[in-house]
Amino acid sequence: MAERRPFSVTRLPGFTAIAIITFALLYAPIATLVAFSFNGSESIAIWGGFSWRWYAIAWQNTAVQEATVRSLVIAASAAAIAGTVATLAALGTTRTRPFRGQTLIYVLVNQPLMVPEIVTAVALLIFFSGIKLATGYAGLGYLILAHSAFCVPFAYLPIRARLEGMDLSLETAACDLYADRFQTFRHVTLPLMAPGIVAGVMLAFIISLDDVVITEFVKSAGQDTLPTYMLGQLRRAVTPEVNAISTALLALTVLLLTVFFLLTRKRD
Amino acid sequence: MVPEPPPAGNGSSAAPGIAVEARNASKEFGQGEGAMRALDDVSVAIRKGEFFTLLGPSGCGKTTLLRLIAGFDTPTSGTILLNGRDITADPPNRRPVNTVFQSYALFPHLTVLQNIRFGLDMLGRKRAEADARAAEMLALVRLEGFAARRTAQLSGGQQQRVALARALAPAPEVLLLDEPLSALDLKLRKEMQRELKRLQRETGITFVFVTHDQEEALTMSDRIGVMRGGRILQIGGPREIYNQPANRFVADFIGETNFLAGEVEAVEGDLATIGLPCGSLTVPATGLGQGQKVTLAIRPEQVRIGEAEGLPAMITGNVYFGTDTHCHLELAGGAEIVARLQNAADDVAALDEGTSVRVSFAPGSVQVLQD
Ligand SMILES: Nc1ncnc2c1ncn2[C@@H]1O[C@H](COP(=O)(O)OP(=O)(O)OP(=O)(O)O)[C@@H](O)[C@H]1O
Ligand SMILES: [Mg+2]
Repeated sequence: MAERRPFSVTRLPGFTAIAIITFALLYAPIATLVAFSFNGSESIAIWGGFSWRWYAIAWQNTAVQEATVRSLVIAASAAAIAGTVATLAALGTTRTRPFRGQTLIYVLVNQPLMVPEIVTAVALLIFFSGIKLATGYAGLGYLILAHSAFCVPFAYLPIRARLEGMDLSLETAACDLYADRFQTFRHVTLPLMAPGIVAGVMLAFIISLDDVVITEFVKSAGQDTLPTYMLGQLRRAVTPEVNAISTALLALTVLLLTVFFLLTRKRD
Repeated sequence: MVPEPPPAGNGSSAAPGIAVEARNASKEFGQGEGAMRALDDVSVAIRKGEFFTLLGPSGCGKTTLLRLIAGFDTPTSGTILLNGRDITADPPNRRPVNTVFQSYALFPHLTVLQNIRFGLDMLGRKRAEADARAAEMLALVRLEGFAARRTAQLSGGQQQRVALARALAPAPEVLLLDEPLSALDLKLRKEMQRELKRLQRETGITFVFVTHDQEEALTMSDRIGVMRGGRILQIGGPREIYNQPANRFVADFIGETNFLAGEVEAVEGDLATIGLPCGSLTVPATGLGQGQKVTLAIRPEQVRIGEAEGLPAMITGNVYFGTDTHCHLELAGGAEIVARLQNAADDVAALDEGTSVRVSFAPGSVQVLQD
């Protein structure tokens, strides 16, 4: 006798068709973009044979080189700062006695996930322009600070999840075995939360690398990152060079996300 | 920077030979209306080198008392003394006391060897010394080949041994074990019981062992503290606890017991005559007054069934247990008791249901409980 199954969405009529169409819609544009990054001709729509040509051109373009370095510097700095802040915040919200206002702290830490990005962008633009005027400083610091701020929740969530999943009796055991607070943190808590920190930092790195809106508002002249450079290019003549840069960025992101997934996946 | 475990104290108030002591220790969780008294004025002195067991039902405060000794919690009132020195305010890392956790709490990111070395490293022991000690511990728990393994790659029994070795490595004054065997299956459990006794003998360290298994407590302990509702009801050796239970709870919790309600009819010296619905019984007892209501406790193996003398009873059923048979009897007046008869003796077969017999009790086996 056939086993009666509970409701299953996979058995609704048209399920397979809808699934295929959805995936096609999601991935067809990306597939096209990737395919045309290998186009031999000047066009982003007419196929002219396989070639690495646009990768070579992008590689030699000094503007691309500079934007890439800038993007990586900002993303690395922002990821480091956000990772540190998020680690401390996660420790503060999981390794303390429950305190009044804990939920408020949680909301505040995650604020960038909820406030519309354009609002943050405008606010930062106005705020930073005041400081720029007062101090005369116009370096990358503003971008790094802005990126750090909106990267915090992305770093915070995996770190907090890791800390909450940790068996508290391990820290008790360390303390029982003559470790003081610092040694307990150094030899037990930190190594056990490390995968969470790495995952959080990598997520922050990706989010920073990808940002357009806030960067576009906060950057000074000549501070294009890779995404804002590409946006600028698209306003002019479009060549498959943009496809090549996008594909490279995509490859990097997929790589980082794979590592992130491997780190956060439950091992059991 | 890292403290040595403090040396054996010689505090003036220390009774010699006492390793660890709780004095009037109470622990309350929560405050005001919702306060919950997990330990209620507990005093217990555990002797050096003994195997002491805290026995009691779930929720009676065993873990709470261990946590006070380990320093994971501080008592709401009262003091904890180690070798006569007041350690109530010391944090766990300053107490030469180690714990074997019920969940083992092995560090998953360290190897077996690194786990065992952990305490030694935190104490700042020299490398060579720590290596030697860790190797010694591995041998002690018979895990020589497992030094480089991750703890996740070990069986439950092996993890248990690592937890023991890790806690024993710093040579604590007292080892606390919170139901360390409860996660093991019966066979492994029996094996580990013997193993624990051996370790305790070989190391000479004071063990404070927690269990809610009365058989485990009786077979392993030098002394037992029976707990209930945050209090210690009786402290004594296994025989004393079994043969002279202080009250009805202890008698009932440890082993099986027959209870008979009665009233003191007469007192003569240190003999008392107790009136029961089915007759009267003269037993040694002190501190009783005429007319007082008492409960008699008699172990099933002390009940004798005969034909000539004793209290009249009728056999209501037999339950066969292999090594022995439990014979259920109804005394005149309605009280029911159980007699445990060894099957090696061959007078058992004759006792059919409905047979009228007479019941007596082995000399000195009747406990008079005043409740
Ligand atoms: N942190 C805590 N907060 C509130 N109540 C607690 C806390 N720890 C223990 N209790 C309560 O104190 C009582 C004694 O708990 P304890 O853990 O000492 O029992 P136990 O004898 O070890 O029981 P078990 O055999 O189930 O482990 C229980 O009623 C428990 O609910
Ligand atoms: Mg317990």
